[in-house]
Amino acid sequence: MATATEPRRTDIGPPSYERFLPPIIKKNYGKWKYHEILRPGVMVHVAASGDRLFTVRAASPRLLSITRIRKYADFADKYCGGHLRFTSRNNVEFLLTEEANIEPLIKDLAALGHAVGGIGNAISNIVHTQGWVHCHSAATDASGVVKAVMDDLHPYFAERTLPGKLRIALACCLNMCGAVHCSDIAILGIHRRPPRVQGGLNKICEIPNVVASCPTAAIRPANVDGQPTVEIDEDNCMFCANCFSVCPALPMADPLNDGLSIWVGGKVSNARTEPTFSKLAIPFLPNNPPRWPEVVQAVRTIVDVWANGARRFERMGEFIARIGWPRFFELTGIEFTKEHIDDYRHAGLTYKRSAQIRHGR
Amino acid sequence: MAKSGGNGTPMLDELEKGPWPSFVTQIKEAAEIKEQAQDLLKLLERSYHEKIGHWKHGGIVGVLGYGGGVIGRYNDLQSEYPSIAHFHTLRVNMPSGWFYTSEALRTICDIWERHGSGLTNMHGSTGDIILLGTSTDELEPTFKELTDNDFDLGGSGSDLRTPSCCVGPARCEWACYDTLHITNDLTHHFQDELHRPAFPYKFKIKCAGCPNDCVASIARADMSIIGTWRDDIQIDQKEVTAAAKAGLDIQKDVCARCPTQCMDWDGKQLSIDNANCVKCMHCINAMPRALQPGKDRGATILLGAKAPIVEGALLSSVLVPFIKLEPPYDELKDLIERIWEFWGEHGKNRERVGELIQRVGLGNFLEAIEIEPVPQMIAHPRENPYVFYDEYFEEGDDESEDDQ
Ligand code: SF4
Ligand code: SF4
Repeated sequence: MATATEPRRTDIGPPSYERFLPPIIKKNYGKWKYHEILRPGVMVHVAASGDRLFTVRAASPRLLSITRIRKYADFADKYCGGHLRFTSRNNVEFLLTEEANIEPLIKDLAALGHAVGGIGNAISNIVHTQGWVHCHSAATDASGVVKAVMDDLHPYFAERTLPGKLRIALACCLNMCGAVHCSDIAILGIHRRPPRVQGGLNKICEIPNVVASCPTAAIRPANVDGQPTVEIDEDNCMFCANCFSVCPALPMADPLNDGLSIWVGGKVSNARTEPTFSKLAIPFLPNNPPRWPEVVQAVRTIVDVWANGARRFERMGEFIARIGWPRFFELTGIEFTKEHIDDYRHAGLTYKRSAQIRHGR
Repeated sequence: MAKSGGNGTPMLDELEKGPWPSFVTQIKEAAEIKEQAQDLLKLLERSYHEKIGHWKHGGIVGVLGYGGGVIGRYNDLQSEYPSIAHFHTLRVNMPSGWFYTSEALRTICDIWERHGSGLTNMHGSTGDIILLGTSTDELEPTFKELTDNDFDLGGSGSDLRTPSCCVGPARCEWACYDTLHITNDLTHHFQDELHRPAFPYKFKIKCAGCPNDCVASIARADMSIIGTWRDDIQIDQKEVTAAAKAGLDIQKDVCARCPTQCMDWDGKQLSIDNANCVKCMHCINAMPRALQPGKDRGATILLGAKAPIVEGALLSSVLVPFIKLEPPYDELKDLIERIWEFWGEHGKNRERVGELIQRVGLGNFLEAIEIEPVPQMIAHPRENPYVFYDEYFEEGDDESEDDQ
C-alpha cells in the first residue's frame, strides 16, 4: 500500500494488455492460421506453429456482481491457467490449451446458469444499455427486455441453425449508447410526450443552451410569472430528449406514453453488402414489464421470417433487400403505417423512386 | 443485513426464470454483501411497477484533477433509498482486447467491495469496466486504490473516450494490424485528452482488425480504424477444393455473393481479379482455411460515425483509403491532432466531428486538415449543380497568376 506522502498517481492509462495474455497467445501473437467452430460456443484457433487454442464462449448478463466475476476467475484458474477475456458483445470467453478441459468447464458454467454459444451463424448476446437500473433518460428498462428476449431466443444462441449472423441490440432511449442503429434487429426505447417544463428551470439550466439544444427549434425563451423560462412548441417536438440531456428540468419520461420500437436490417460488417442503418419495422410497442411479451413476440416473428427465408450467409437487411419491404411486412404481419415513412431531413431519399415493384404473388 | 428479494420483488423475480443468465440474480448476489444493491433492487422493482426510471443526472462529480471518468447519478426518492442517494459510476479503462488474469479481476472486485455497490458492467458500451454505483466520498478512495493497482479512469463528457479494439492478432487470423497495441498506445499517448474534457463534444476511436468490424467501429466511433490489405488475397487451392468437397457451394455461396463479382470458380481452381476486390471479407469468412487477407496490410481510416443525437445518426466515411500502421504511429497521431484542432476551433457546443463535416462540407474539411480529396472518399460525385466556388475572375485578371 502506498503511504499518504506518496504523490498521487494520475494519467497512468490502462495496464498493458501484454500482462494479461495467456502464454499460448504471447507465443502465437499475429501468427494464427485459421479457426474452426467445433460445436456451439466452442472454437479452436490453429497457429502456424501448430498450437491449438480453444475458446469457450459463455452467455453473460453484462450486469455482473463481484461475486459472479470471482466465480469466473475461479474457472479461469481451474481450466485456463488464470486467463479469460470478455467480448465486444459482453460475453465471457475462457481460453484453454487442454481440449479435455472443455467438457468440465461447460458443465461448471451450466451449473452456474451460463450456456455456451453465440459463435458463427448464431444469435449472440444482445448489446444493451442501462435502462431503469441506472440511466436518467431511459424510456424503458434494458436488462429486463434483453433477458426476456434472450430467454426466448436461447436455442438460437446455444444451437447453430441459422442461415447467417444475426445481431440484436437494445437502447433505452434515442441517445443510443450502443450500435443499435446498425443492427439486424434493434430494440429502441422511445418517448412520445413532449418535455414538461419544471418550475425554477432558469436556476439549474442556461436558457440559451436549452433553446439551442433542440434540433427542430421547438423550444423558445419565455417568461412565466416574471421568471425567465422556456416554452415548448409541442407540434414540433420529435421526442429526441436532446433538451433533457442539456437540462434536467425538462423531464420526458412518462409511463403512459413511453414504449419501444423495433428496427431491422442494419449491419456494421463490410461482408458482401456495405454497412447500413436499421430501418423502422414497428413504431411502437407498449412497455410491459416484467417480461415485455409484445416485444419478445415481435422479435421472435422477425427472426423466424428471416431464418425460414434467408439464403446462406444472408443477413436480415440483405434478405429484405432481396424480397422487398412489402413482402417483409406481409410475411411478418406487421402493419405498415404513416410513422414508417420518414419526414426528417432528406426524407425523400427513402421514398421509392422507381416503378420496380413486385406485383405478383 | 436484510435479506434481499424474497417476496419483496415479485416483478423482478419473474426475470430470474428462464435459461438466459439473469441480471436480477446478479443484483441479488451483490445484495448479500452490499446494502446499496439491496436498495437498488427495491428501487428497480418500483420502476417495474411504475414504468418509469428514478435516476437523475447533473452536478459535476469526479476525482481531483480529472474532468471525466465519473458519471454523476442521484435517485429522485433519496429518503426512501438512502444508501443509493448518490450512485455514481466510475468508468475504468479496460486493458486492450478485454483480456484479464483472474488475479486482476479479483483485485478490481476487492476494491469495489470495499468502496462501491459490488455491481459492475463487463463492459460498458464504450468498452470501459463500469463500476456501477457509489457515493461521492468514495470516489477518491476508489481512484487511489485503482491507480495503486495500475488501473486508471476512462473518459466521459466532452473528451476522448476510452479507445477500444477487437481481439485482433491476439486470437484472430484476419487482423491486418495490431489493434491491441495501437489502442493501448493511443490511450496512453492521449491521456490528457481522455481525462480533461476540452472538446466540443465526445470523440471515440475504435480499432477493428479487418472489414468484419467486430467492434462496430463504423457505426460507433468518430474515428473508425478498419484493417485491410492492398495486395492479393492468399489462396490455398488445396483447401478450396477441400471446402468444396466438404459441401460448400463455392459458385453460389461464395462467388455469386462477391459484391464486385471478381471471383471465378471452374470447379478446380479459384481465381480472383484482385484489382476489383473491395476487401469485403465475405469469401475469407466463408473459407477460413483456404483464403487469407493479403500480406501488404494496413488500415482504412474513416471518420464521423455517431448515434442520432443531435442532428441524426451517421456512419463513418473514408478519410484515408490506406495507411500503414506501425509504431510509433506518428502519421496517425498527427492526423488526429489536425482533426481535433479544426474541430476544437470550429465545432459548436455538442457538435460531433461528423456533424461538423456535414455542416462545413467534406471538401472544406479536407482542405482544413490538409488532406487531398480522392474518389475513394465518396459513393459517387455530387448530383446537384450548386457548387460553392471560392473565387471568380473579373475582366482583365491575368489567368496565369493563379498561383500567387
Ligand atoms: S474485426 Fe476482423 S480482425 Fe478483428 S476480430 Fe473481427 S474478424 Fe478478427
Ligand atoms: S473479399 Fe469480398 S470483394 Fe474480395 S474477392 Fe472476397 S468476396 Fe470478393
